[in-house]
Amino acid sequence: MNIEPTRVSPSLRAAHPLPKPPPGISGFDDITFGGLPQGRPTLVCGGAGCGKTLFAMTFLINGARHFGEPGVLVSFEESAEDLAANVASLGYDVPGLIAAKRLLIDQVRVERSEIEEAGEYDLEGLFVRLGHAIDTIGARRVVLDTPEALFSAFSDQAVRRAELRRLFGWLKDRGVTAVITGERGTGQLTRHGLEEYVSDCVVLLDNRVHDQVTTRRLRVVKYRGSAHGTNEYPFLVDDQGISVLPITSADIGYQTFAEAVPTGISGLDSMLGTGGYYRGSSVLVSGGSGTGKTILAAHFADAVCRGGGRCLYFGFEEGPGQIVRNVRSVGIDLAPHLTANLLRFEAARPSIYGLEMHLARMYRDIEQFVPEAVVVDPISAFRGPEVEVHATLLRMVDLFKAKGITAVFTYLTSGSNQRSGYNGHDLSSLMDTWISLRDIEADGERNRGLYVLKSRGMAHSNQIREYVLSAEGMRLIEIYAGPGGVLTGSARLAQAAREQAEVRERGQEIIQRRRRFEARKHVVERQVAELHAALEQEGEELAAFLGEAEEHEAGLGRDRDAMRASRSPTE
Amino acid sequence: MTANAREPVGLRFDADPVETAAGQPEGASLPAGEHYNLRLYVAGQTPKSTAAVANLRRICEDHLAGRYTVEVVDLLVQPQLAAGDQILAVPTLVRRLPAPLKRIIGTLANTERVLVGLDIRPGTST
Repeated sequence: MNIEPTRVSPSLRAAHPLPKPPPGISGFDDITFGGLPQGRPTLVCGGAGCGKTLFAMTFLINGARHFGEPGVLVSFEESAEDLAANVASLGYDVPGLIAAKRLLIDQVRVERSEIEEAGEYDLEGLFVRLGHAIDTIGARRVVLDTPEALFSAFSDQAVRRAELRRLFGWLKDRGVTAVITGERGTGQLTRHGLEEYVSDCVVLLDNRVHDQVTTRRLRVVKYRGSAHGTNEYPFLVDDQGISVLPITSADIGYQTFAEAVPTGISGLDSMLGTGGYYRGSSVLVSGGSGTGKTILAAHFADAVCRGGGRCLYFGFEEGPGQIVRNVRSVGIDLAPHLTANLLRFEAARPSIYGLEMHLARMYRDIEQFVPEAVVVDPISAFRGPEVEVHATLLRMVDLFKAKGITAVFTYLTSGSNQRSGYNGHDLSSLMDTWISLRDIEADGERNRGLYVLKSRGMAHSNQIREYVLSAEGMRLIEIYAGPGGVLTGSARLAQAAREQAEVRERGQEIIQRRRRFEARKHVVERQVAELHAALEQEGEELAAFLGEAEEHEAGLGRDRDAMRASRSPTE
Repeated sequence: MTANAREPVGLRFDADPVETAAGQPEGASLPAGEHYNLRLYVAGQTPKSTAAVANLRRICEDHLAGRYTVEVVDLLVQPQLAAGDQILAVPTLVRRLPAPLKRIIGTLANTERVLVGLDIRPGTST
């Protein structure tokens, strides 16, 4: 996210960035790069039931709870009691905040039938009330929900327009950060054209039904003086409040990791060449039904948790209890990880929400649980237009990558085309590693084979490995290649037996040869010893001969001396 | 009275029996009925406030002689009172008694509408 320094002119850089208080809505800060414009009014508009009031309430309550900014709500529609009851289900303690003077709700009730207009008037009364409320608790945040009620209450259009304009100017002068809600109108953002008056920031909420599934979406229509995400972002309203999902970050400059995360299957670790998946990579496990995709994923979850990491398991076909029971039958016990809070299951029917909503929910769960690894089982459960499914998966992958989470996705392939599903090729570009589990049908048998279709940045094995699902889990079996290819099942066993026999034969031959050699060596050594003995004897004979010769020489010398002495004249 | 009109804070003015008897013919208003408890909300000393006070006084004297009580509230001084009577527009005249509660907004320059609003005279259309 480095911005080229040369691309921004010095004058622009010198300008102070707009101060933004975070509204306390998870994800929204990311879209608006910080939050709502401080000290300015923001218009939040949308149709009935799209969460305008909730957005506004969240803004106020979180401001009061987390940011030390008391807030005033001027409600033109609902009573304080109703509002408190409505948000109590989200865990917001409105009465408590009111008692602590962190929140003040003023219900403005305007009943057209009760009002008779007799002469000129203005709406100073509203200003007085609002000013009084702000002063009472020292409010920094104000919500008007929704001032459109004024349009029906007062007939004088000129007064309405002038007073609304004055109101928003007045809010700015007071320096409060305000959220004004407005009902969606046809042809314009709000029914009464509130956007005409509030022009600093406009947020549009939308609630769309597509194929009987509702998705809430949020869009920042304008944000004067600030960059903002322009897309429609899905948002989620559930028991934990409102959360916006800022998916699809613009850049793909994720942090990359060289360390490997064990797959939980020793044979697979070595097949990948790095001892596991890369941390932060996306792994696709595809295969037909009953090929053990969930077991492979469970092995991974088990390995992560054994290593002390946290794993979040999104199940879209089976409930947590069912998965735990099923994988226990192959020797994987996930229960201890659940109690240690290292593993968490989030199970939901794929059809319960729209794709976007699933994504939003996953995003929120990840924000809360902060896992190192995630299992999505299976992504083929997501149904919908292919473009949308692909976009959703892209953002899902994007989300995990951005957070450095290692993700294993299982994908159920249809029977006819095992290698890739209907959008298998699209998926491939998203995934770093693709492990294909497949049935190998040959010789009247169905066996299971695993191979690494691709694995970015790894010198992975190109072999198809047979594997079995035993009580000890998934186990890869040594490869047996025959003349016709890889052998599996009983063909592999036959080959193994043949090879064993060959080994045995070879072993015996070696022993025989060694024996022959030993015998020959023995013979040669004996001959050498004999020759040595003969040589030694000759040497001894030679020595004896030499001794005799010397003795003889000496004897001759002595005789000559005796002879010379006998002929001497000295006698 | 005029001095009071420039000082509307917490001002009360009631029917003056002497003035009523001397200045107004009895037939100008409906026969004596319930007592009217009125409250006029204004915000500061604006021309609108002054006009409203003057108009109200005139209407009361003309039509409610002897059976009204008026309280003038300046919201700039007592802002806490605005919420209680659901005041948005100023000036607002609230008929607190007799029930039901009625609101009339504006400078009360349109006497007919004020009378309709206060139920003092049946609708002017008749």
